[in-house]
Order: sequence, then C-alpha cells, then structure tokens
Amino acid sequence: MLGNMTLMEYLSGGRAVAGHRPWPRYVLDERGWLDLIQQLTVCDWTLLGLWADGNEVNAALRDEENAAIAVVSLGCQDRRFPSLAEVRPAAARLERSIRDLFGLIPEGLADSRPWLDHGRWPLSTPLAIVRGVPPMGPVVYPFLPVEGESLHQIAVGPVHAGVIEPGHFRFTCAGETVVRLEERLGYTHKGVESHMAGKTLAEAARLAGRISGDSTVAYAIAFARAAEAATGTEAPPRAHWMRALMAELERLANHILDFGAICNDAAFSFMLAQCTVLREQILAANALCFGHRLLMDKVIPGGVCVDVTREGTVTLRGLVKELRKRTRRLGNLYDDMPSLQDRTVGTGILHAALAHRFGAGGVVGRAASQAGDARKVPGYPPYDDLDFEVPVHPEGDVNARIWQRLDEIQVSLGLVEQILERMPGGPLHKPIPTRGGEGMALVEGFRGDILMWLRLSEVGRVVRCHPRDPSWFQWPLLEAAIEGNIVADFPLCNKSFNCSYSGVDL
Amino acid sequence: MSLARLLFRELLRGPRTIDGPLADPLGIEQLGIALGERVRERLGRSLRIREVDAGSCNGCELEIQAVNGPVYDLERFGIQFVASPRHADVLLVTGPVSINMSEALLRTYVATPSPKWVVAMGDCAVDGGCFAGSYAVLGGVHHALPVDLTIPGCPPTPEKLLSGLLALLDVAAEGGPAAIR
Ligand code: SF4
Repeated sequence: MLGNMTLMEYLSGGRAVAGHRPWPRYVLDERGWLDLIQQLTVCDWTLLGLWADGNEVNAALRDEENAAIAVVSLGCQDRRFPSLAEVRPAAARLERSIRDLFGLIPEGLADSRPWLDHGRWPLSTPLAIVRGVPPMGPVVYPFLPVEGESLHQIAVGPVHAGVIEPGHFRFTCAGETVVRLEERLGYTHKGVESHMAGKTLAEAARLAGRISGDSTVAYAIAFARAAEAATGTEAPPRAHWMRALMAELERLANHILDFGAICNDAAFSFMLAQCTVLREQILAANALCFGHRLLMDKVIPGGVCVDVTREGTVTLRGLVKELRKRTRRLGNLYDDMPSLQDRTVGTGILHAALAHRFGAGGVVGRAASQAGDARKVPGYPPYDDLDFEVPVHPEGDVNARIWQRLDEIQVSLGLVEQILERMPGGPLHKPIPTRGGEGMALVEGFRGDILMWLRLSEVGRVVRCHPRDPSWFQWPLLEAAIEGNIVADFPLCNKSFNCSYSGVDL
Repeated sequence: MSLARLLFRELLRGPRTIDGPLADPLGIEQLGIALGERVRERLGRSLRIREVDAGSCNGCELEIQAVNGPVYDLERFGIQFVASPRHADVLLVTGPVSINMSEALLRTYVATPSPKWVVAMGDCAVDGGCFAGSYAVLGGVHHALPVDLTIPGCPPTPEKLLSGLLALLDVAAEGGPAAIR
C-alpha cells in the first residue's frame, strides 16, 4: 500500500485510543509499525517526537502537506521495536535514550552505544517496568573511529572554559580543519522523566519549568497545555494572552543575549556588553511586573498566576520602544562591520535538505529555509489572533542565524505591543478537574518547538510525562555544520546553534 | 550606525549602572565596593572563580552571566571568572550534582589549588532542590565536596549572588576551616 497519501488517510484504518487530545493516537501492531517505516520512505511526514511509556513506544508525526498531527504507538513484543532511525535519522539518539531508560531495544539501530546512561547510576533502565541491575561501572565510551593520515583528536569538556553547560566534544582534525565532531552528552541527566511520575500537576509544572531554565516559560506553557488537553480544560482567554506576553519576553531576552554572545565569540565583546544591558532591562522589567526575573512558575496548569497591572503595561511599552531602537542600532552596527562578517558569513553552513531530514525547527531550522513555527502550525491561542510573520533565511550559516534572531526580535517586539494593546479582560485561571487522560502540546520556545506528552491517572497525578526539547533535532546537525570548518570557529558555530544540554539530557 | 558613533554615545552616557526607572533597591554598587575591600584584604587584589555546572537547568548560569555583564560588572571589584580551575580560588557550583557529572566535579576540585572555597549556588546545589530524590542526582554539592557557603534561590538573583560572595569572605577572614583547606 505504498504510495502518496496523507497521514490521516494512512492511519484511518487503525485503532484510535480514546481520550488522547487534541490529536489522535493510533495503536499499531508490529506489522503496522513496519509498514509505517516503509511509508516514511516516501511521505513527507516529520518525526516530532519518539518516547516510550512502559512497554509501548510512541512516535508523533506531522504531515507536512496538510499539517495534520498524530501519535502512533506500538506495544513491544519481547521488549523490542523496529528502529525508525534508518528512515528518520533524528530518531537515533531518542532510541538510544529509550534503550537506556526503558530497556526497550530498537531493532536495526546501527548505533549500539548508550546515550544518557554513563554506567554510573545506582541502577540501569530506571524507567523500565522491571528496573535493571546496577551497572558494572562507568562505561568507556567508544568514539567513532576516524582513519586517515595526520589526523589528531581534541577532547573538550565536560567542563568547558566558559560559564556554560557541560558536555563533551571530540574533534578529529586535519591541521586546523575539523574532519569530524562527535558529541557526547548526558552529563546533566537528572532523571526528570522518572521524577515526574507520581507528582501532582502543581509539582510537575514546577519541574517542567526547570527542564531548561532559559525556556522556563515555554516549557511551563507546554506542560500546562498538555495538562489542559488531557483533562479537557480550556484556560481563560486572558491567561492565553498573559502566557504569550511572557513567552515573547523570554524569546526577546534569549535572542538578544545570543546575538551578543555570538559576536563575542568572534571577539567583538562590545556587542555582548550592549546586549547584556538590554537583556538586563528585560529581566528587571520581568521582576518588576511579574515578580521573577526569568518568569519561573508564573504559568500554571489552568492559566497563569500573575496579572499585568496598568503600571506594568506602561513599563513594558517603554521597554519595547527602547529595545526596538537599540536592537535596530546594533543590527545596523553588525551590518556595518565586514571584519565581523568575515567570521560569520559562510561559516558553519547547515544545508536545508539536512535540516529538513531532521525536522529541525527554531532559529537553526528557519535560518536554513525551514519555515516551521509552532505558533503558526499547529498554532495555539492567542497567536491565531495576532498579526505576525515568521521570517526565514536560506543560507544556513552563522550569519543567517544572526539575522534570523535579529528579525525574530523585531517580530516579538511587535507581538508584545499587540498583546499589551489588545489583552482581553476576565479571569486568569480555571481549576483543572481531577480526571485521567492523555494530552499533548506543541509550543514554540526560543529554540524551537517543544513537544510535551502527558498521561494522567484518574486521581490527577502524572503517570508519564515526556518533554522533547527542540535541541534533540539540532545537536546532531551541529556535528554536520562544523565539518570542514576550522577549530577556532567552533565556539562561533556552537553559540549560533545554542542548543540546550539540560533540555536533552533530562 | 558606525561603531565610533556608538562608542562616543556610550562615553557621553556614562556607565550603565542600573539606576533609572528600573533601579535596583538593594544598592549593588555598595555591595560590590564592600566586597572589593574584603577581597583585597584577603587575597591582595583579586578573587578568581571557576564555575562548574553540575547538572543545573541552566537558570543559574543565566544569572551568573548577568553578574558578569556591565550592569553588575563584577570585574571592577577584582572578581573574575576564569577558564581553568588551576587559576581559581573559588569553585562556584550549580545544579543538584548529577551523578554523570560527579567525577568531573571532583576532578575540577582536585585541580583547584589551595586555599580554595566551594560555593553551592541555587536551591539545586544547596539540597537538590526540586530534583532531590531522583536516582540520577546526589542531591546537593555537600554530597560531593566540602561546601563553604550556600546561596539559595531558584535561581539566586544577582544581588543575592554578590552578597553571598561577601559572606564567603567573612568566613575566610575569620580563619575558619575554609581558610586552611
Ligand atoms: S536552582 Fe533553580 S535555576 Fe538553579 S539550577 Fe536549580 S532549578 Fe535551575
């Protein structure tokens, strides 16, 4: 039955699970899963996420033709499931994580090395129905062999030189040129998914806001929306607008800092200093208007727990005006500096086809022609009521990722203004009924689309929660983008991707 | 706008301290000066800090970056973040100490010359915070290293971070255990 058909047509004959919202979930048998793998070779269905739940594996897919979204599930026979990595390479690290955490074996996955499990935890397969025995001790991680003349290796991390998150980078170089970069992550693994289980919604929401602290608002919205979907609740209109207000402030703070930090990695520290000042103005305004500099715990399931006062509105309007003026000025300055662009133009090119293959979203994807933005597709309130464009750049280099951020800064400033102008009145919160169900959400953080999947028990506790950070589909692309560049340009490339460590280590 | 014009504008404007409409009530300037004097008493002119992320959510790192920026400008008081533990007097540790980072943390500590101080920054580093009880974390820096000072908060504000370092100097000036380690 291979052929061009839509995702929904393909799944229509399958068994749909009741109570999975807002998108359907279909249970496949092993035959069906193998058929799906065949189908994926010919259809433009993007893998949005892949996670296990007990003995089941779930894959979320989006049909790029019509934006339909569905989850497909397979109950594993003998704790094995056919790997999707051959047809969707973005699945590889997710499958290695499933093997580490659940003990479910992805059959056909070429890479047999562990990913999150470094052999140090007091147990193995911590999320499996039957937990594994303690490991034998730290694993010696076999990096991929590289053969050739006069190659040398540079090992960096997990403790880096700057104030950044920990991870290991293994460079193989020919002279100054990087022949291969291999990432090894997992150092910040905190057992978030296992820790979520059994928590109340309020406790779990707090945790969700700490999966990647720089995206706390986006994660909290994703969790809240998943909880609301699972229980069939709709947050009040004003809550949606308040969420978007805080989400855009978070995006602004991060994009501005990233822009400065990328320039700083090309030794132009003036830009970082300027951007840090601007960012500080946002964080100070956050503290003043909402009571927390990073806006942690302000979005809760059912709504929000802060309001914006009249003085707050005035403060934020002033902030937007100031930011618009000064970010434009800094953008012009960047545009005016050939010596800086000499470092960024043509550096770390990510090809559009590869970005598409991995389903990369966010700045990384959009700076390589991928137009995806969860605020538009699938879309969620209040963005369907707001007037904004999603900028895209085709070049895929560091320069494009800088302009992508600069353009998105202007879009977000416009959004904040619209939101302040048109914010509806009414309540800020609606209680979440105590009931079971399954919910999923896609929310656009500053790095890209965050997927949150949640299953609640009848008494309203978390049974299973899986957060999928956008960086899962961006980290592997960094390995490709750096190839053929010089080692000295790695910080520049890395910063222009700015992937989350904590978000993917979980 | 050209760089020269921007620089000139900044020069005329003066330092970017955070007065103005979004002024900080705690008086960061004063805090910073007090800290600088004690640093000079104890360590001559400078205190060098090596930051170690031991599994933080990266929220704490954001506030460290803020302290490093022109608004709080830690460096004008002689305090500087350094790239290598071998150049450091203080390890500033964030995160609940993920087990996967525990060896790297220990090695960083060993690489830091004595006398040295360990500061646990953020609720996670203090007692595991909201990750306490997970199989994958030790649940606080004190489970891995002797901690001289804790700075709670999630994340601690830049003001708290500054006043925390001041408290560290109190401990060090009294010749407590930290001073002889
Ligand atoms: S204390 Fe809070 S901000 Fe700091 S690492 Fe822990 S959760 Fe993140």
